[in-house]
Amino acid sequence: MRRLLVATLLLALAVAAPAAASEERPTLADLEDEIVCPVCTPETLEQSNSAVADRMRAFIRQRIAAGDTKSEIKEKLVAQFGEQVLAAPPKSGFNVLAWALPLTGGLLAGVGVGLLALRWSRAREPEAPLEASSNGGPPLDPELEQRVDEELARFDA
Amino acid sequence: MAARAKILLQAAAVAVVALLIALLGWQIAKTEEGRGLSAAVAAGEAPPAPGFTLDSLEGEEDVSLADFRGRPVVLNFWASWCGPCKDEAPMLQSAWERYGDRGLVVLGIDAQDLKVDGRRFAERYALTYPLAYDGNGSTLGRYGLTGFPETWFVSRRGRLVGEYIKGPLDEETLERNIQVLLGAA
Repeated sequence: MRRLLVATLLLALAVAAPAAASEERPTLADLEDEIVCPVCTPETLEQSNSAVADRMRAFIRQRIAAGDTKSEIKEKLVAQFGEQVLAAPPKSGFNVLAWALPLTGGLLAGVGVGLLALRWSRAREPEAPLEASSNGGPPLDPELEQRVDEELARFDA
Repeated sequence: MAARAKILLQAAAVAVVALLIALLGWQIAKTEEGRGLSAAVAAGEAPPAPGFTLDSLEGEEDVSLADFRGRPVVLNFWASWCGPCKDEAPMLQSAWERYGDRGLVVLGIDAQDLKVDGRRFAERYALTYPLAYDGNGSTLGRYGLTGFPETWFVSRRGRLVGEYIKGPLDEETLERNIQVLLGAA
């Protein structure tokens, strides 16, 4: 149990440390895949070669050089291009729905499928057990069984 | 109780689907508004120009189309990163200077652009006509824009007249449409 706790803590640290560094000292690559090119949506800056994407990359480089954090740079871009410039909607206000709806939908669908599976498995009539043959295998056709018995009797005789 | 919960669940599911369809319809209607304008102007009609209020590119004050009611307006959509917009800018500045005394307004909308780039562009081409900033492109769909630059002509009564120019203007086209604009009510 203790090992599991330590492993979880280490994993959390391993994920959190680079994220914090990326927030404080972002690189162009950190932002390029989180910002959408406004004239070629849904392409991100990373995927776009458009003129406006080039200008936006230059703007991001300038802001990085000026010491802005990742959030500050994003805020400046949102102030100019609107929230649609973000590849993922912010987790606040009405935009929470964009995150909550798919998760809730997935969860509800999972619960629904589970309940249906349970109901179907209960509703199914138990099938009449097959009469096992003497060797534990599937039962033989009575006609065939009679023939086998006759052959065995003849063999014994 | 179970039956009631089932009905409630079904009603909720139907409501969600209806909401999504309504949202889709609203989005399509918004897009079609601009396309409808283009078709109407091509058919010789003069539909009302969609109104807007945007930030000024250079100052803090708002720029609204309604501010220019009673004056003919050359409504030009541009962006600093657009190549043909660079060729067009001196032509529009010249028209603004030549026809300003007859009430003509050239109104430039810098859209989907960095504000600092738009300002630099205006400075470089010494643009003195009113410039609005539409960074998120809120007006583009309403005017049915497909790229930059594009130009509409708005009459004194706020109606779209003349031609809808998809692409760069040339002297002759601009002059012809300005004459239509000045002659229109």
